[in-house]
Amino acid sequence: MIRFDGVTKKYPDGTVAVDDLSLTAPTGKITVLVGPSGCGKTTSLRMINRMIEPTSGLISLDGQDTGRMNEAQLRRGIGYVIQHAGLFPHRTVVDNVGTVPRLLGWDKKETLERSRELLDRVGLAPELADRYPSQLSGGQQQRVGVARALAADPPVMLMDEPFSAVDPVVRDQLQDVFLDLQSELGKTIVFVTHDIDEAIKLGDQVAVLRVGGKLAQISDPAYLLAHPVDDFVADFVGRDRGYRSLQFQPAPKLPLTSERTLLLGESTAGVSGDWVLVVDDSHRPLGWVEPARVSGEVTSEHLHRGGTVARASGSLRGALDAALSSPSRRGVVVDDEGELVGTVRAHEVLSLIEATDRPDEDRADAFAEEGA
Amino acid sequence: MEWVNDHWGDIFALARSHVWLAGLPLVLGLLIALPLGWAARRWSRLYPVLISASGLLYTIPSLALFVLMPLILGTRVLDRANVVVAMTIYTVALLVRTVADGLGSVPEATLQAARAMGYKGLRRFFGVELPLAVPVIAAGLRVAAVSNVSIVSVASLIGVSQLGNLLTDGYDRFITAEIVAGIVACVVLALLFDGLILLGQRLLTPWVRAQGGRA
Ligand SMILES: Nc1ncnc2c1ncn2[C@@H]1O[C@H](COP(=O)(O)OP(=O)(O)OP(=O)(O)O)[C@@H](O)[C@H]1O
Ligand SMILES: [Mg+2]
Repeated sequence: MIRFDGVTKKYPDGTVAVDDLSLTAPTGKITVLVGPSGCGKTTSLRMINRMIEPTSGLISLDGQDTGRMNEAQLRRGIGYVIQHAGLFPHRTVVDNVGTVPRLLGWDKKETLERSRELLDRVGLAPELADRYPSQLSGGQQQRVGVARALAADPPVMLMDEPFSAVDPVVRDQLQDVFLDLQSELGKTIVFVTHDIDEAIKLGDQVAVLRVGGKLAQISDPAYLLAHPVDDFVADFVGRDRGYRSLQFQPAPKLPLTSERTLLLGESTAGVSGDWVLVVDDSHRPLGWVEPARVSGEVTSEHLHRGGTVARASGSLRGALDAALSSPSRRGVVVDDEGELVGTVRAHEVLSLIEATDRPDEDRADAFAEEGA
Repeated sequence: MEWVNDHWGDIFALARSHVWLAGLPLVLGLLIALPLGWAARRWSRLYPVLISASGLLYTIPSLALFVLMPLILGTRVLDRANVVVAMTIYTVALLVRTVADGLGSVPEATLQAARAMGYKGLRRFFGVELPLAVPVIAAGLRVAAVSNVSIVSVASLIGVSQLGNLLTDGYDRFITAEIVAGIVACVVLALLFDGLILLGQRLLTPWVRAQGGRA
């Protein structure tokens, strides 16, 4: 657990970067600090491993005042992913990853094994191991940055906009890899971003900071979207927050309609109707076809792949999006193995939404107390 | 050319001496410039002081410095140490700035990353800062090497022999071939030093070429 207690940072030139910040980052959870540029996110993060010393206030790690710990030791026990990856240009990818283990005195072989294992974990091909950072794409560099921070298996990770320098598609992949890793590793993570979507996707808890380094609101993402405390937060969390908040509402039992399906390679002869769903041998959905436009066998060129696929165990947002994006207006729903279980229509999802409550009010008090 | 053929032995002996008198100060100068350059980076107020002081040192005529050495060091007039020390001073004067600028060329994000990983003190210096400063330092070292090779020839005037002897002797005795041989030998030596430093730099900075390979 990381705890900020009335922490203020005033730079020598008089800039107050962080103003009386109090918050707790619980063990094993992801706490996201989000806010506009210059609101003191990096400063807050760097005060945790004492790369920056607070002007006043206290930061503790599992109840211990970090101000009393040995700096280098503290840092070797905290993984840090720096803004824009910050890899060592003169070291190969594996050597970059092995940095902290080597500093901790692991032997070469052990370090090398660990580094290779981590590269695999973050989804980097083994043949990239001996390249230099300048020979990697931005997304690959960021993966190396994450692997490097994880190398010595630190209980705490600080991540400063680790996925900001890549395009949205790659960012999305990196976020998924990251969430996968975290569900396995359960680190205590403080994650900085200026992207509210990223904050909401990744955070177990989101702290919104305003310029001047003041904490505006801290709560879980669903609550934040449903109950922004003021205009600044409301504005910052954005216009689509009603729709986005559906992401946190697990779909109750969806009213599914079973779907007439075709196997890939089957003939459309005798099949009527506007759109028919095509599946593979394991009954996994592949895409929609219009039988009238296909003469003979269905091949993969005939498939319309525009629709998203929702999981029955997923969120209401997923279900609604599947319905809205489907050319047939029937949203494809699968089970956890990816097998088709049926389809759902938008109005059916909407009536489910109307029947569910908004995130409950009580939690406002719980977080207000924690924040105090 | 006949003169050269008759004097290969002499030329080699003088060249060997030249290599020592120019090369040893290069190594010593670098070793001294490293902590000084580091200090100039570390304490920003020291930077202008060290840069002006070393610039000033470099303006002292070499002959004057050679002549002064026995007085300062208490060495004998013909002692080769006089030349070595004087040349080391020149090298330091050239390299302090180079080292400071080289360390300054290390990207801030890399330094921050090193701190965040828990790098401290000497380990950070030798593990991260110095290797990344090599390209800049090597460039300065090449300038210093060439400059040393040329300045050392003046030492003939105080009786320490090296390739400069070919120039003074050839001049005194009107042997053009000897003068030409002296000049050519100096140029070859300078090129040799330059090539050696370049080679060392290549070996120490494989990542620089990797960068080029991608473009
Ligand atoms: N060393 C410094 N000296 C003076 N002011 C600083 C220093 N570092 C940061 N600041 C100021 O402190 C404030 C907070 O900076 P910080 O880097 O923490 O912001 P941030 O939220 O991380 O911004 P970004 O999203 O742009 O990375 C800014 O106004 C910045 O200009
Ligand atoms: Mg920042």
